[in-house]
Amino acid sequence: MADEQRGVSEPAKPALWRRPAVRSLFFQLLLIAGIGFFGYTIFQNTLHNMQQRGISTGFGFLNSEAGFGILMTLIPFDETYTYGRTFLVGLLNTLLVASLGIIFATIIGFIMGVSRLSRNWIISRLATVYIEVFRNIPLLLQIMFWYFAVLRPLPGPRQSMIFNDTLFLNNRGLYMPSPIYEQGFWLVVVALLVAIVAAVLVARWAHKRQEATGQPFHTVYAAIGLVLGLPLLTFLMMGSPLSWDMPVLQRFNMGGGMVVIPELAALLVALSIYTGTFIAEAVRSGILAVSHGQTEAAHALGLRPGPTLRLVIIPQALRVIIPQLTSQYLNLTKNSSLATAIGYPDLVAVFAGTTLNQTGQAVEVIAMTMAVYLAISLSISLFMNWYNKRIQLVER
Amino acid sequence: MKKIHVIASAVALTAVMSSNAFAGATLDGVKKKGFVQCGVSTGLPGFSSADEKGNWSGLDVDVCRAVAAAVFGDAGKVKYTPLTAKERFTALQSGEIDMLSRNTTWTLTRDSSLGLNFAGVNYYDGQGFMVTKTLGVKSALELDGASFCIQAGTTTELNLADYFRANDMSYTPVTFDSSDETVKAFDAGRCDALTSDQSQLYALRIKLGNPDGAVVLPEVISKEPLGPVTAQGDDEWYKIVRWSLFAMLNAEELGINSGNVDELMSSADPNIRRLLGKEGIKGSGLGLPDSWATDIIKQVGNYAEAFERNVGMGSALKIARGQNALWNKGGLQYAPPIR
Repeated sequence: MADEQRGVSEPAKPALWRRPAVRSLFFQLLLIAGIGFFGYTIFQNTLHNMQQRGISTGFGFLNSEAGFGILMTLIPFDETYTYGRTFLVGLLNTLLVASLGIIFATIIGFIMGVSRLSRNWIISRLATVYIEVFRNIPLLLQIMFWYFAVLRPLPGPRQSMIFNDTLFLNNRGLYMPSPIYEQGFWLVVVALLVAIVAAVLVARWAHKRQEATGQPFHTVYAAIGLVLGLPLLTFLMMGSPLSWDMPVLQRFNMGGGMVVIPELAALLVALSIYTGTFIAEAVRSGILAVSHGQTEAAHALGLRPGPTLRLVIIPQALRVIIPQLTSQYLNLTKNSSLATAIGYPDLVAVFAGTTLNQTGQAVEVIAMTMAVYLAISLSISLFMNWYNKRIQLVER
Repeated sequence: MKKIHVIASAVALTAVMSSNAFAGATLDGVKKKGFVQCGVSTGLPGFSSADEKGNWSGLDVDVCRAVAAAVFGDAGKVKYTPLTAKERFTALQSGEIDMLSRNTTWTLTRDSSLGLNFAGVNYYDGQGFMVTKTLGVKSALELDGASFCIQAGTTTELNLADYFRANDMSYTPVTFDSSDETVKAFDAGRCDALTSDQSQLYALRIKLGNPDGAVVLPEVISKEPLGPVTAQGDDEWYKIVRWSLFAMLNAEELGINSGNVDELMSSADPNIRRLLGKEGIKGSGLGLPDSWATDIIKQVGNYAEAFERNVGMGSALKIARGQNALWNKGGLQYAPPIR
């Protein structure tokens, strides 16, 4: 490059269209214009064709009344709400199953990943069997297994399995008492918030003191004590402002209380167990990536096994684990759309299913659904990248 | 620069070509392919279901076969695409299938906003409920608080919501993609009642583990005129489908069936002669051979034959003609005259 530039700068400057920089810019612009034109043509073409065939277009349908019911809704919904609301209901159901799935899969994955490296022969073999079995069976089959083979044969509502007179398990779901908050309960919530803030402050103070004097402090115990103790104390002082709405058998179903529908349970179990295997492998590879010399050095410094793992091994292992974890979280979120196979009312089943069919506006509905999954996935990877950067090795 | 030019014109060309693709006649495409691509259900006894050898039969299937008979003189020249309720309209809009004959309810929304044309009604139906006998329910009005197994993306979902709202009752919908899944869920007790078009309830009851343990309630909560559908924008093809159905109805009205059609070829009755292509406009108005209606009657039969064979007394469903009898026998089936 440098030679060329010197070579061409001696004689008179070449014409504009002969300069490499100008030419490459020109062709890149041309390419962008071409792609833009292509996209525009497809868009216009679709619109034109749909108009020609008498298919209605636009997003006006979102404001019209839906007229159908949905099995499980986290926000108030009945058939008088709009199609736009069905979008929200589906989205929230998707987010629910995805976020719960991510939590459970991470817990299962970390436990199994560490277990596989255990020195205990039985534990490590059990973890290996779990990983190899569930990682290698297609997810859809696992979902169907949990739904059709495990949850469906449960007894009907009249023959529910009852645990402790509060939990009722039948083929319509797991019914639990739901809390009813009475007057004064808000103080308990305030106490909880205060306790969390206090715990953070204690942690900061302990960290500072350790930096200054080398004196460690039992931050974890103090935090647990605060977060559990303070709200509990307030709760008792206010005279237990909480009662329970118990599920009761009505003519057809159980009424009252809360219910975990079998569709949600099957999907959640399958997603957590399946993704857990991949996370376990990520954890194992992360731990193995930290050289054994680190452990030995920590031991030589007098650190006990607990702090060694917590302060030396895990921070370094996380650097390897996090990027893999990110892609597993993305997979889990996207895989949650398999819900439609068992009738769990997620975004795909409700919005890209029933709403699409009732309105017939496939292009709009599918575009919205794809945009949502893209947005969720990008948010997850944005957050994970931020976290990854934060825990990168900071060299002093 | 030449390359760019070529690409640009290619892009422009695809744009032009694809916008023309729909305007062409479906009939030409069908003739070129040599078969009619017909969208049917994923398996509904009596209307469209495949046997273990993959041969499709049913009242809806017979409409597809009638169209093939009219176009090719051979009712066998049909290929079937099984579709769930959710998939059916997109399949037709995109041109994946030439016609849809899949117990589809004719409604204003569908007719006006989906780019479709309903070609007629081959079965007048209404939505009903099926419950297990042990529940002891005698009327749908006793179903307050019950959960219902429904097929997603159907008018059933909407009617159910309307009915419960109008009667100030609550319900829980449990929706599945195919009617097969709904009946399995009902059988397993996931819901208290199965709701669908009444004809379907009788058809699905056969699939239950213990068909005698279930009962169809007397209430009919909606009008469900079911019929074949074509894509909007091709009137020629729409009319072929429409009149194939009318030919079957007219044949029944005139007393022509697959057994006596050969004898009646020499009939002196002008009505019969017009239907069998002996006089009048014959097939030219539809762009079909003159024997189009004769071929339908010979190979598929008239409407009565198709009804009895698939859903009537000659079938496992044993549905009475009821509303589906001809207009002059107390029913609703009425076809415009062939003249």
